Amino acid sequence: MLKLGVPSKGRLMEQTFDWFAHRGVRLARSGSDREYAGRVEGADGVQLVLLSAGEIPRELAAGRIDLGVTGSDLVREKLAGWRSDVVEVAPMGFGHADLVLAVPACWRDCEGLDDLATIARDFRQAHGFRLRIATKYHRLVRAFLSAHEVADYQLVDSQGATEGTVANLTAEAIADITSSGETLRANHLKILPDALIHASQATLFAARAAADRPEARAFLARLCV
Amino acid sequence: MTLRPALPPIPRTAKQAAGRRILDAFRAAGAVEVAPDILLPADTLLDLYGEDIRARAYVTTDPVRGEVVLRPDFTVPVVQMHMAGGAEPARYCYLGEVFRKQDQGDTRPEHPRDNEYLQAGFELFSRDPDADAEVFAMFHAILAPLSLDATMGDMDLLLDAVAGLPLSDARRAALSHHIWRPARFERMLERFSRPVPPRSFAVNDAPWTGLRSSGAMQDRIRRLEADRAEPVLPPIWRERLHRLFGVAGPAPAALDELRVLADHIPAIAEAVARLSGRLDAIAGRGIDPATIRFDASHGRRTMEYYDGMTFSFTAPHRPDWPPVASGGRYDALTRVLGQGAAIPAVGGIIRPGLVAELC
Repeated sequence: MLKLGVPSKGRLMEQTFDWFAHRGVRLARSGSDREYAGRVEGADGVQLVLLSAGEIPRELAAGRIDLGVTGSDLVREKLAGWRSDVVEVAPMGFGHADLVLAVPACWRDCEGLDDLATIARDFRQAHGFRLRIATKYHRLVRAFLSAHEVADYQLVDSQGATEGTVANLTAEAIADITSSGETLRANHLKILPDALIHASQATLFAARAAADRPEARAFLARLCV
Repeated sequence: MTLRPALPPIPRTAKQAAGRRILDAFRAAGAVEVAPDILLPADTLLDLYGEDIRARAYVTTDPVRGEVVLRPDFTVPVVQMHMAGGAEPARYCYLGEVFRKQDQGDTRPEHPRDNEYLQAGFELFSRDPDADAEVFAMFHAILAPLSLDATMGDMDLLLDAVAGLPLSDARRAALSHHIWRPARFERMLERFSRPVPPRSFAVNDAPWTGLRSSGAMQDRIRRLEADRAEPVLPPIWRERLHRLFGVAGPAPAALDELRVLADHIPAIAEAVARLSGRLDAIAGRGIDPATIRFDASHGRRTMEYYDGMTFSFTAPHRPDWPPVASGGRYDALTRVLGQGAAIPAVGGIIRPGLVAELC
């Protein structure tokens, strides 16, 4: 039996169902809209598990599901050494969202990472503490800034309403997921053009331990991926 | 993941025993043993170390003390303790665990490094010009049975070279600040070697938001505009810096090269003379300088608080290992933590766990 984990609600679930339907596999919730169990038609030996997209990386790594659909950003952020645990099987072409770095739009002198690095150094000298960047994507943001040799900053944790932290004076810049940039603009923030940290999309992953099992290979062949 | 027969792990007791032997040698050199807390206040420490160490530190919250961190390093707490009691000459040693997360990027290594390991360390607060040679020779003597490779660097050389560039104070300060970040440093140096193109800073109607003030931004825009009037750095200086940063080899040969370079970069002459004196003092302590590799850029890959001599001892047959021992001079750190007071300081640590594996 192959366990397939799929986001349990919203547009991400519907688009996932469409993606599989397109490939001849019909996924459906069983019973009512509120029940987190599902059916699979068009492929034998596959069990549908409906989960929060945020939990799918962990469930894949733990081997409790064999295949899973979630954002490529979530896998990279939540699994340290993700390639050791999961295999990226197929990008699915929806659920696009970019993890970006954004600063106040009023910072006319900040047009890229080099400006941000200088501003961070000045800020630290003026205020006695490092320039704060609010995010929930600690690992991805830190790895990006370290690779680009930005210093004099610190990450502050923000699990929600991250765009509001700058106006609330709890951060000077933010790193967050955006698709249209609407919320950033509404909060008077602008995206740094050279600081695209990760371009995320919904992706079909396989647990590394399951990827080579014959039933997994057969199912993936059936999906033509 | 492939399975391969692993050597039985070295018992913790053996690592501790190796640590105590090192500590005895430090005590014999007159050091007083100190035992900083394991649970340390996070703010000063992480502000000094920066986000790279923060990423590797185990940070947790105490309901009364706020953010605390499991000791990621001894130097800062030892310097804090010493400077709180004044800035008198002193020598300290310690033995204890440090804790560091190992976040390995996209793929986990087959043999991950330890998350907690022992450090045996020695810190010397002294105005004696011979202190560098004393510390280096002591580490050398303790590690001699292990046949390690000794490498020495000198941040003084690099910082003096930058300080001597024909540039404005602001440009020189920016370069020294980023000396530990090679790509950023290089980009900056390149920018200073060419005329600066004008920037427009388009006006927008966004309301002011956040803690950074509009005055701070106006200041920076004025500075950027004034910076355009700066004379271009003649390209020969970039070449000279590259040559200096690239000096590496047996210490006597490297020293010869540096002496030649000092004719072209006069600002390094004093640091070269000090290095020469240090190597003589080390030879006087019975170590052949030709067995030491001098790498001018060594200190750019170490902790940012080192601002003079840096050194490390590495196991030649274990390229996957971190240095078995490392250290250096950190005069500026005592000033940062000294609230007005300062004293020259030099020190280092040995990892008894790695020593035990080599025995």
